[in-house]
Amino acid sequence: MISFRMKPENELEKEGRDNIPSPEDEIVCPNCHRTLKKNDILPFMTCSCGHHFRLKARARIGLFFNGFSELFEDEKTRDILSFPGYGDKLEKARKASGENESVITGIASIDGRKVAVFVMESLFMMGSMGHVTGEKITKLFEYALANRLPVIGFTASGGARMQEGLISLMQMAKVSGAVKRHSNAGLLYIAVLTDPTTGGVTASFAMEADIILSEPGALIGFAGKRVIEQTTKKELPKGFQKAEFLLKCGFIDKIVHRKDLEYTLRQLLILHGIEKEGKENIG
Amino acid sequence: MNAYDKVRIARSSGRPTGLVYINSIFSSFIELHGDRRAKDDGAIVAGIAELDGMPVTVIAIEKGRTAAERTMRNFGSASPEGYRKALRLMMEAEKFNRPVITFVDTSGAFCGIEAEERGEGEAIARNLMEMMDLDVPIISILIGEGGSGGALGLAVADRVWMLENAVYSVISPEGCASILFKDSKKAPEAAECLKLTADDALSFSLIERIIPEEGLGTEEFFSALGSAIAEEIRQIRKDADFKEKRYKRFRAF
Repeated sequence: MISFRMKPENELEKEGRDNIPSPEDEIVCPNCHRTLKKNDILPFMTCSCGHHFRLKARARIGLFFNGFSELFEDEKTRDILSFPGYGDKLEKARKASGENESVITGIASIDGRKVAVFVMESLFMMGSMGHVTGEKITKLFEYALANRLPVIGFTASGGARMQEGLISLMQMAKVSGAVKRHSNAGLLYIAVLTDPTTGGVTASFAMEADIILSEPGALIGFAGKRVIEQTTKKELPKGFQKAEFLLKCGFIDKIVHRKDLEYTLRQLLILHGIEKEGKENIG
Repeated sequence: MNAYDKVRIARSSGRPTGLVYINSIFSSFIELHGDRRAKDDGAIVAGIAELDGMPVTVIAIEKGRTAAERTMRNFGSASPEGYRKALRLMMEAEKFNRPVITFVDTSGAFCGIEAEERGEGEAIARNLMEMMDLDVPIISILIGEGGSGGALGLAVADRVWMLENAVYSVISPEGCASILFKDSKKAPEAAECLKLTADDALSFSLIERIIPEEGLGTEEFFSALGSAIAEEIRQIRKDADFKEKRYKRFRAF
C-alpha cells in the first residue's frame, strides 16, 4: 500500500493553482463573447455565463482532490510502428503539456475519502490514447481492484492515436477488461466527461462507468462532426454532441458545474459507503 | 503486393460476405433478430447454428452484395442496435454455454446522427466490457475490412484470425492520409505507415492465425475453415483458464 499523507495547504495551493493555464490579461469567452479578466474566471476557469474553459490535468487534480500521489508515471511511450513524425510529435506534446503522456494516474482523497484517480490531458496530442495511456489506466483499475478503491476518472480525448495503429485500438479492449473486473468486485467507478470526449475513449471507458457525469457544454460523441456530415449529407441539429444533448438522449447521468463537482463527488462517495480513511469500514 | 493493394482487395465487391460464411460453414442456421430495445439492424446478421455437432452462436457483419441489399445492410456499418443485438445473443450464448463465432467485415461503425443519438460509443463500449468477461469461447475472424472500433466491437476474442488479404486498422488509409499528408490521395503511403495487413498484425502478435485465400469461396475453403474453427473451440474448451488468458491476451498490448 502506498503511504498516504495530506500535503500542507500551501503545497496544495501550489499544485493546483499554479497549473491553471494563466490566460493573458484578457480572454474572450467563446460562449457569451464578453472580454474577461483572469480574476473573472478563477478559481474554476468558468465564465459567469456558464462556459467552462479547458483545464490542464494537474489543475483539475488541484481543484478537486487533496494529497495526490502519482502512480505509474515512469511508463515510457515507444514509437512501435516507426510512424513518420511520431517522435517529434511526442516531443512537442511533452513540451506543450509538461506531461509524459496523455493521462495522469494516482491516488488522492476527497474529504478524506481515498480514491484512485485518472485525469486525461488534452494538451498532450489532444488526449489521444496511446499504449501508455491505456497501460496507465489499466494499471490504475487493477491497483484499485487490489486495494478495493473507487475510481474517479476525468476523460478528455480525441480518441485513438493514429500513430500507434492497431496497438492504440487494442487499448480500448484492454482498459475495458480492467474496468469490468473492477466492476465485478462491486467497486464504484465514476467518470467525469470533459471537453472533448470522443472516438475510442467514448467507445470504451468513458461510457463504462457506474455513474457518468459531465461538465456543461462538453463535446461528447463517437464520430467526428465532419465525418457525420459527409456520411449523411444532413445538417446537424443545434447542440449536437454537447453534454446537454447526451443527457437528453440518456447517455449521461448528470451535468455538474465545476464549482459543484467536489460536493457531488463527495456525496456520491458517501452514498456508496466509501468511508474516511482511518475509520473502520462498516459498509 | 503492397498494403494498399490489400486494402483494395479487402474492399472488393467480389469477396464472400459474412452471410456467405454463415451459410457455407454452419448447418441449421436460425437467424435471430432485434436488440429488444429499438430495432433490428440489418448490418448485423446473427443466430444459432450447428458446427461439427456443436450448437454455436454466430454473428456476422454483412455488407450486402446487390445495391438493394447494400442499402438494407447499410453497407456493413452497424448502428448501436446492431452491437446491442450482438451482445444480447452473446449473453444468450453464455447462458446456454454455446461458443461464439464472429465474422467481421466493416469500414467502421455507422457515423450518423441517429447512431450518435442512440449511443454508438456506449454500445461498442458495452460490448468490449462484456466480451472480455464472457464465459464461453469466442473466435473472431476478420474476412475483409476491419474498420477501427466498429470492428473491435465484435472482435474481443480468445482467438482472432484474419484472412490473408483482410486489413485491420485504427483509421482508414484515406482518413490517415488527409491528416498526415493533408491529402487523402496519398492513402497508399498512409496504408504502409498504419501496418494494417494480416502479416503486420501477426508480427505484432495481435492475431493468432492468417487464413490463406487459396480457393476462397469454394466448398473446400469453407469446409477447411469450419474444421479449423471447430478444432480451435475444442482446444479453448479444454483450458479451464481460457477467460483469464483472454484478459492476458489483451492485457499484453
